[in-house]
Amino acid sequence: LQDIRNTVGNIPMEWYQDFPHVGYNLDGKKIYKPIRNKDELDMFLEKMENPDYWRTVQDKMTGADIKLTDEQVDLVHRLQRGQFGDVHFDPYEPAVDFFTHEVMIHPVTNRPADKRSFIPSLIEKEKVSKLVHAIKMGWIKPRKPKDDTPTYYDLWAHEDPNSILGRHKMHVPAPKMKLPGHEESYNPPPEYLLSEEEKLAWEQQEPAERKLNFVPQQYRCLRAVPAYSRFIHERFERCLDLYLCPRQRKMRVRASPTPQQPPLARAARGRFHTGLCSLLSSLSPGPASPCPRPAGSDDCTVRFWEVCTARCMKTLPVGGVVKSVAWNPNPTICLVAICVEQSVLLVNPCLGDKLLYGATDQLLESYVVPEEERVQPVQWATATVEEHSKGVRLVVQHSKAVKQVTWHGKGDYFASVVSDNSNMQVLIHQTSKRWSQNPFRKSKGLVQCVLFHPIRPYFFVATQRYVRVYNLLKQELTKKLMTNCKWVSSMAIHPGGDNIICGSYDSKLAWFDLDLSTRPYQLLRHHKKALRSVAFHKHYPLFASGSDDGTVIVCHGMVYNDLLQNPLLVPVKVLKGHAITLDLGVLDVLFHPTQPWVFSSGADGTVRLYA
Amino acid sequence: AVTRRLCILKGIYPHEPKHKKKVNKGSTAPRTFYLLKDIKFLLHEPIVNKFREYKVFVRKLRKAYGKSEWSTVDRLKDNKPTYKLDHIVKERYPTFIDALRDLDDALSMCFLFSTFPRTGKCHVQTIQLCRRLAVEFLNYVIASRSLRKVFLSIKGIYYQAEVLGQPVTWITPYTFAHDHPTDVDYRVMATFTEFYTTLLGFVNFRLYQSLNLHYPPKIDGQADVELKPAEGKDYAMDSESYLERLSALSASLARVVAPTHEDEVEMDEFPVEGETAEQMDARKKEQEALEKHKKLFEGLRFFLNREVPREPLAFIIRCFGGQVSWDKSLCIGATYDVSDPSITHQIVDRPRVGKQIVGRYYLQPQWVFDSVNAKLCLPVADYFPGVLLPPHLSPFVTEQEGDYIPPEKLKLLAMQRGENPDEESEEEEEEEEEEEDDNDKEEEEEEDESEKEEEMKLKKMEEQKTQSNKALPVKVTAGKLRLEDKQRLEQEQQSEEKRLAIMMMKKREKYLYKKIMFGKKRKVREANKLAAKRKAHDTAVKEEKKKNKKARRA
Repeated sequence: LQDIRNTVGNIPMEWYQDFPHVGYNLDGKKIYKPIRNKDELDMFLEKMENPDYWRTVQDKMTGADIKLTDEQVDLVHRLQRGQFGDVHFDPYEPAVDFFTHEVMIHPVTNRPADKRSFIPSLIEKEKVSKLVHAIKMGWIKPRKPKDDTPTYYDLWAHEDPNSILGRHKMHVPAPKMKLPGHEESYNPPPEYLLSEEEKLAWEQQEPAERKLNFVPQQYRCLRAVPAYSRFIHERFERCLDLYLCPRQRKMRVRASPTPQQPPLARAARGRFHTGLCSLLSSLSPGPASPCPRPAGSDDCTVRFWEVCTARCMKTLPVGGVVKSVAWNPNPTICLVAICVEQSVLLVNPCLGDKLLYGATDQLLESYVVPEEERVQPVQWATATVEEHSKGVRLVVQHSKAVKQVTWHGKGDYFASVVSDNSNMQVLIHQTSKRWSQNPFRKSKGLVQCVLFHPIRPYFFVATQRYVRVYNLLKQELTKKLMTNCKWVSSMAIHPGGDNIICGSYDSKLAWFDLDLSTRPYQLLRHHKKALRSVAFHKHYPLFASGSDDGTVIVCHGMVYNDLLQNPLLVPVKVLKGHAITLDLGVLDVLFHPTQPWVFSSGADGTVRLYA
Repeated sequence: AVTRRLCILKGIYPHEPKHKKKVNKGSTAPRTFYLLKDIKFLLHEPIVNKFREYKVFVRKLRKAYGKSEWSTVDRLKDNKPTYKLDHIVKERYPTFIDALRDLDDALSMCFLFSTFPRTGKCHVQTIQLCRRLAVEFLNYVIASRSLRKVFLSIKGIYYQAEVLGQPVTWITPYTFAHDHPTDVDYRVMATFTEFYTTLLGFVNFRLYQSLNLHYPPKIDGQADVELKPAEGKDYAMDSESYLERLSALSASLARVVAPTHEDEVEMDEFPVEGETAEQMDARKKEQEALEKHKKLFEGLRFFLNREVPREPLAFIIRCFGGQVSWDKSLCIGATYDVSDPSITHQIVDRPRVGKQIVGRYYLQPQWVFDSVNAKLCLPVADYFPGVLLPPHLSPFVTEQEGDYIPPEKLKLLAMQRGENPDEESEEEEEEEEEEEDDNDKEEEEEEDESEKEEEMKLKKMEEQKTQSNKALPVKVTAGKLRLEDKQRLEQEQQSEEKRLAIMMMKKREKYLYKKIMFGKKRKVREANKLAAKRKAHDTAVKEEKKKNKKARRA
């Protein structure tokens, strides 16, 4: 093959780098490297001068330079071009079919034909029978005929109105997408662009809370507008909304709101008179207009004013905190009941008509002590001489502090409320016979106030949450009114006797129609703070409520004789005058018995009269 | 998943029960509730069986593939079960008008799907179908000239057309590649699209029929058709070139019956009872305005430069009777060349135009959109290339009383009324602003007044009190004549009455009233904010201008 001069074999020739020889010849002699002392310059010169330099190759085995012959160069060229090495080889010779180019008269093989080539194939039969079976059994279905009907046709050619079924009427169509506003424009007016702070706020908001789901942006020209990256998201969210959101019809008020008020007589602007006291807690009007009215106060006095002149007519020191005062409603009797600590004083103030208070004194003195002493829950005592000179006539001594006193319409009976937890909370006294009775066997809770019905023999007892109505003749409970309040503070009855209002400490005022139901006909939440007292006017369809927020609200409360018509309650006037001291505003309100005047006593120590 | 598909196809949606707690067995956890009736209704749907068949088919096919039984695969594929949604469309929309009312989402979805790439995500056939239907619809809108409003938003382009009296709004995205989000369930969207394509196909058919057009649409003019295939081959294969040509939107469609000029026939006047002559006049005027709007671009010849989005502009211009062409290399269907001397408007969206030809306006694309929305050809000066464009306003906003109206809109309204736009509008603008300011002040005052009043009262009272305190032994001080202007008194009276009336309201009404008032106040606040922002911006711009002037002078 190749003449082997060097016997080292197929090894990297670098191993001989540091030796003077490159291997061994066939005889085992060293083959020395040819002497190479040419430097770069010599190499270059040779490259330039030697015309055969390009065809000189170094033999790696011997290290000798070999000059390639013309044929060898030719061979290299051919191989480089991807041709065959042999010049004379022709790759495109015409092909000669070696098998059939000569037709022979005898078969190539002489094997006889198989038997199976003459009989039908068993495997095929099996396959066919399987298919037949499958077709028979319906496992394989014949090819479906092509559907020739056009995909789209006039679907609504026969619209018949009967096809609109109930479900179509019930169907709530999805609301349409919100149409874009100016801010969505690619070139919006400058005011719609977000400032830096707004942008920051927008980024910090939850995506669900944002008002806009994009940041308005301005582009100089249409060419600069990029694709909206959330487009697919938005379509997808719309899809989700369409099939996952519950739909509901909602009524929406479109009309612009104008509060309506029934036309009513307007209250005149309030004028007021002021009295002076440290803490007025209770008021009671005189029976007739020019008569003075008393006020009890925490500084242990009871004062009487004349309304026309606002003069303090009389001051009565009682030696105790006055909780409640009540003027006898009978116009022929001039008597005031005053709660002072544990006793109720019946005072003849000796004001007004001389005949009148003289007659009252006579009436009180005409009492004859009965033969047999009855056991009484309280002690009746006539006043001492000193007291008598001040006007006190009788003292009813209770066992506990008395909260409230109220007169019956006829002026003979009066009821007092004792702040106690027992069954002795409410006592009814008769002035003429000077004896008292305890109407209740059991206590039904803390009694807040009591009231006599103006016409009928009914007696109202307000506990914290309920108002109980008792029939005094039959001595039974007729009704129990649910006030829907937490803590009833005061109560007043309409002079007609069919309607009651209850003020409560949770700033509600409940109006009951006794004929209607035991629940409030209306619950008014006009005040902002606890109601302290409520009052009806004797003749006019007015009622007033005083509250801790320092206001007195006068309302029109029309009660119709027609039983079918419900009462009409309209606030008429908010009277603001009392300053709030110690978180207390108005403590008591009252109407003048004949005139449309309101008296209110406040914690700021004044009594004001609004006309 | 089948239930979901059924719900989507049949349009069943959850309901909010009246007593949520009762229905939810006492718990208040959020759950969705369907009506039992609805679910039963779904069960009766014949398509449920089709779904089942399809499931079985898929299973068989997978098995055959697994066993490499190719003949079975072929056989199965031949018998692939199909289903149609025709009856569902008919059932959901018993009348054609119902279908039109629900067309918004269908169109938006089809336009979105038609822009999807034909890889992955969803079936190629769906995309092709969507594209075809969308183009058909666009062609209908052109033929009926029913486009009303267009809006370039940052999300896409909104169009509003009035189809048989129903406003139909749809949005198309800008033509860029989508980056497909990963948190979107494409199967849900595909189900919706399946239904929507069916719906849109039938609607298109009906609409084409109503205009006496061929469906599927045919391009008008036989000569054109013969000419064009040769040209079309450069762009696409024969089968596709037809749709391409259609989507070029340049040719009008063939009609079944040759159009006789019945458009000009005047509307018969049916005097409707209870309608006064004024109303009739107003209606007539409206009709005239509409006709005028439809012929906005009549007689104008447009040429679109290649950087301009071709499809929307060609669509809009053709909708309003204009003629439009574009560069021949851009798209099939160009009718004339740039150098055509009869071109009146050339739409350009680059800062500078190289070679200008005399006799035509070079305009930015926003002019077309704004003109359509303004219903008149706006002055061209604001829209020259390289000029800072006026803001593009939304045509969908109708300002109510008390809303903020951008000054540009006011200017536009004035222009529509036919007033001289420049001076008056500015004046108006200022007036408007002043008015707004006044309003604010008044409102504030009103609020304050009541308080002030009370304060005054209190003060007076205090004074009197102190007086009386001092002069407890009664003394009469000289009375002062109280002077009170009547107006003020009346106002006080009114405000007090209002307060009392509010007090009298029932709890629910009061709540509602408070809510409404809150909403109103918020609206006013927002409007004020916008106005203030605008004012600040305007002053800033003015100052800038002044500075520039000074700089130039110096």
